[in-house]
Amino acid sequence: MLAVVGTIPDQNFPLIAGKVTLDGNRICIEGKKVDVNRGTPALLAAAYKAGEVLGRMELFGHLVGDIGLGDGSKRLYEYLTENLEHLSFSVITFHYLQPDVDWHNRVLFALKKMAKRPALIADAGFMYAAKMSGQSQEYDLFTPDIGELAFLADETAPHPFYTRGFILHEENRVPDLVARAYEHNNASQSLLIKGEKDYLANRQGIQATVNGYMERAMEAIGGTGDTLTGIAAALIESGMEISNAAIVAAKANRLAGYYARPTPATQVIEIIRQIPGALEEILQEKK
Amino acid sequence: MSFFKFLKPKKDKKSPESDQDKGILVFEHTSEVIRAESVLKASGWKIRVMGPPPEIQSGCDLVIEFPLIEELNIIRTLKKAGVVPREIVPVSSPLLKPVNLFHIKDFGRHLMVRAANMKLTIDKNTKIIVNISGGGCPDVPYLAQEIVGKSLKDAPRPGEIGHTLCGYALELAFEEINRQCLQ
Repeated sequence: MLAVVGTIPDQNFPLIAGKVTLDGNRICIEGKKVDVNRGTPALLAAAYKAGEVLGRMELFGHLVGDIGLGDGSKRLYEYLTENLEHLSFSVITFHYLQPDVDWHNRVLFALKKMAKRPALIADAGFMYAAKMSGQSQEYDLFTPDIGELAFLADETAPHPFYTRGFILHEENRVPDLVARAYEHNNASQSLLIKGEKDYLANRQGIQATVNGYMERAMEAIGGTGDTLTGIAAALIESGMEISNAAIVAAKANRLAGYYARPTPATQVIEIIRQIPGALEEILQEKK
Repeated sequence: MSFFKFLKPKKDKKSPESDQDKGILVFEHTSEVIRAESVLKASGWKIRVMGPPPEIQSGCDLVIEFPLIEELNIIRTLKKAGVVPREIVPVSSPLLKPVNLFHIKDFGRHLMVRAANMKLTIDKNTKIIVNISGGGCPDVPYLAQEIVGKSLKDAPRPGEIGHTLCGYALELAFEEINRQCLQ
């Protein structure tokens, strides 16, 4: 089962653990419905739509309300620390949580008590905490954009806001940034880097570049990185090897964007609707 | 090192406190430190007063360590109380400064400004904010929910309703896009 750990931008949303489905433009969990705008709901919706193509995928959410005060994230960290050992998942994706190194470390300790180690994916705030903890190598996949890659590459930066200026966030610097991130052990086993081109990288450097169906507007659309992470997570959950899943996800996400005919004003739900057709097409190409 | 090899040798179940996600508030006078400590503790923040690291050459001989991610919220609280630090730096590397480079992308009808990891896009004709992307702290989806679809004039400022460093970066992008529109 694929588990997603993240937050909902509603201070009153309670801590909920349960199966997630999609109803139109809203994700459903334990009788509650949440609009899919961006963030963790967009990741969940993308994973759900990918699951429609892949079949028989169960999606489990650990969600809590947090608008940046960190209170909800803290409750969720605490819940995970206490409950992970009783749970069984094949893939866990950690997403929009308030970055907190001490709580991150406690969650990582709790993961060892699970009977079987799940594949671990981290994006957004939890990825920031993982980097700051110095334990990035414990993760199978990070999904940074170029700015976040520069943060991973800057061994001194505690947050992308403090990335040093000489570490330029430019597409043509990606190989250097990847090398620097691995040199200081601030990258996961594999990196899926989101940008004008998407890159799969590991300690040996860039392993693949995906540049088809380029839509410039995608960079401006909030949530397109979340959808990429969601599709990759669903593919890994289906049994696909991680590097392969990352490449297929990058292709499918770009094709979904292309089919949505996006402008910078497009909202991510319009792209999510295109995921099943796009993923099916990419999987057919592979056969 | 494998996942379980890393975890097994640890006998102490409690992980060590890390300062990687902490920041330092530097004040001119000790009296300001004492007042800021009182204000922040009363607001429920986990902070501590300590001696300054050697890299900090100015200010008084006490500083306040705080959760760096919550910089925006903490500064707002201190400003309201009338006690503003002269400098804010990360503990891990006190000489680091916030990013000050903006990346501008012109899409024709739309204009995007990126500050650090945050991007803000407007419709140049209507000045409506059409998208917010990037970022990883939990106030980013909240800020997008509150700001997207509103005009630059009517939208709440990220600096006023955000709480984290991502919110702070978005405030910088917001200021820059306002500056671009006035040109």
